[in-house]
Amino acid sequence: MGRVTASPTDHKHPQAGIAFILKKALVSAFVALVLFSLMIGVRTEAGPNGQLIYWTRFGELATLVAIVFVGSIVIELVRQWLGPAGASQLVPAPVQTGFAAAGRFVAPALLIFTLLVPVIFYHQRYILDLAILVLTYVMLGWGLNVVVGLAGLLDLGYVAFYAVGAYSYALLATTFGLSFWICLPLAGILASLWGVMLGFPVLRLRGDYLAIVTLAFGEIIRLVIVNWQSLTGGPNGISSIPRPTLFGFPLLPGPNGLAAKLGIAFDPTHRLVFLFYIILAMALLTNWVTIRLRRLPIGRAWEALREDEVACRALGINTTTTKLTAFATGALFGGFAGAFFATRQGFISPESFTFQESALVLAIVVLGGMGSQLGVALAALAMIGGFELFRGLEQYRMLVFGIAMVVLMIWRPRGIIGHRAPTVYLKQAQTISSDLVKEGHG
Amino acid sequence: MDYFAQQLINGLVLGSIYGLIAIGYTMVYGIVGMINFAHGDIFMIGGFIALISFLVLVSFGLTAVPVILLIVLLVSMAITALYGWTVERIAYRPLRHSFRLAPMLSAIGMSFVLSNFSQVAQGARVKPVPPIITGGYTLHHSADGFVVRLSNIQIVVVITTIVLLAIFTWLVARTRLGRDMRACEQDQTMAALLGVDVDRTISMTFVIGAALAAVAGMMYLLYYGLVDFFMGFVAGIKAFTAAVLGGIGSLPGAMLGGLAIGLIETLWSAYFSVEYKDVAAFSILIVVLIFMPTGLLGRPEVEKV
Repeated sequence: MGRVTASPTDHKHPQAGIAFILKKALVSAFVALVLFSLMIGVRTEAGPNGQLIYWTRFGELATLVAIVFVGSIVIELVRQWLGPAGASQLVPAPVQTGFAAAGRFVAPALLIFTLLVPVIFYHQRYILDLAILVLTYVMLGWGLNVVVGLAGLLDLGYVAFYAVGAYSYALLATTFGLSFWICLPLAGILASLWGVMLGFPVLRLRGDYLAIVTLAFGEIIRLVIVNWQSLTGGPNGISSIPRPTLFGFPLLPGPNGLAAKLGIAFDPTHRLVFLFYIILAMALLTNWVTIRLRRLPIGRAWEALREDEVACRALGINTTTTKLTAFATGALFGGFAGAFFATRQGFISPESFTFQESALVLAIVVLGGMGSQLGVALAALAMIGGFELFRGLEQYRMLVFGIAMVVLMIWRPRGIIGHRAPTVYLKQAQTISSDLVKEGHG
Repeated sequence: MDYFAQQLINGLVLGSIYGLIAIGYTMVYGIVGMINFAHGDIFMIGGFIALISFLVLVSFGLTAVPVILLIVLLVSMAITALYGWTVERIAYRPLRHSFRLAPMLSAIGMSFVLSNFSQVAQGARVKPVPPIITGGYTLHHSADGFVVRLSNIQIVVVITTIVLLAIFTWLVARTRLGRDMRACEQDQTMAALLGVDVDRTISMTFVIGAALAAVAGMMYLLYYGLVDFFMGFVAGIKAFTAAVLGGIGSLPGAMLGGLAIGLIETLWSAYFSVEYKDVAAFSILIVVLIFMPTGLLGRPEVEKV
């Protein structure tokens, strides 16, 4: 078990001279010089004859080292300016209470705005596409939140259920010609069965071990999809997956399409708007179910399990069913989201279901404050929006994502919204700081 | 039989590489109690640095292969160790007293940083190198023409592993640093009270783990003749499997687990299917954790209320 001890030597010197800062920056620059000397200073590439060639890039190396030097000075100055208490002093108390009061209106306002997005941005296809993507991740985040945020089971293989849902729909629809609305529940049920199948063996595991087993599970699912070519098409994936229909009418041009039946001109944006409202409804369903479940005995059992598994057992809660339902519920929503992903893309391949996706969804949940529904939605918006900023710089995207994850963990390990309303209270609702919420032990 | 013997040799060589990486996992888990997710990528960085320093040395006109290899080994160990130190300093030390998930997520982030850093810095394409150590010995000619071979590179890998393991076991068992490490593993507060510099000891653990991973990276480069930016992830999970199989926290266990995983993977590829060899390794991880969470040589973990 991890030992949590308070070290008395943690506090930094509040005031340190210019010599100290310079010395620190010099050390950092030297470390950077050694680290980058070969990796940046020398660039290798396979030459025309298959033989490796290399060329030097000392200019880039010098620039990077200089950046580290200056950055180190700046960070140290900012740290001294903020003082040892850190960022919490930045916002004065009255403003904070003001924020808290405004916070009550954020969720309804956000919801109304989201409902109106297709109306406002009807002619901006790009924004609609992005909004659908964000909502998919909001739904995934809320689904994983059941497992990680409520039940405290660290799941690094959530993308497996997303994949099961997507492939279930794709295979059922392309093989048997079933419609999206029949396949959607089937995909959810299949994913949730897989959730139970994963849940059973890992019942006794906790913390890091649970995380690594779920990661292995996610990788196994992906590898099986890649290698089982006769069923899944292997790395080539499955294409021409049917689009969803509205009461049996496809949203396509032509006499059978919905537009023709309604007697209006066909517009491809109709389908986007339709998809947008499908995923919005599905995400809101996830949210509603989660909130309702939290008030039911099973939801309370989840939260109790997160706080203390041993105490849970002592109080007569059946931890087996509690864990399994958490996995199954989370997987169910993952499966729904997967089916939606398949119908939106029209094409799926194993590439969409890598560990990076799992990490991204987990980062959304953790950044959102573990258990806060609004926080997860905001975190999904921030993450996917942030990803979009790097659209042109594809190869820097994951690099920046990784840096952001590290920085966020150091700066705010408890996520953007570190407080949430308690599910159950005696007389008056008090916000619980998530510092008081344990997790990862279950 | 000959086929089996050949697979056995191959498996043991692969297992040595896994074992070297697994030691880093097991040591860090023993002291800090976290899975160092970025360790697989440290191994990858080690491979890259070995490749680059090799290229540079050859272009300087060095021709004596043993000299080149020794310099490459030292350079990649030193620089990769610094990577290990930096990762701990930047991403883990500020989170040491944070909640349990934080260091793990930070480690996942660091793993992305390292693999994508080398993608950005060195390009996404696989880097091949010509065989550096060639030749070998024929051990046995069978009647049907199958030849059991032990190549020189396999000998180099195994001998390097054994030598390093010996040095390292001595380090942990006999030196001041090793004693500090074992003390921190048992009780950090008490160790600090008795004058052990806990921060420094943990840093050194990461440095040693990274240096061994660099050796593994170089051996991988020599043995397979290629490196790419993505190789750390799968190798990392397999090495972690090895650490768990051997009993996490136990150094001989990590080596034993590495050999076991190497053998299983090789034999599985030889007799069943190459495509599903990773599935086999990951399944073993799951099965071991479920039925034998303490591993082969690990101590049982007692939960206290």
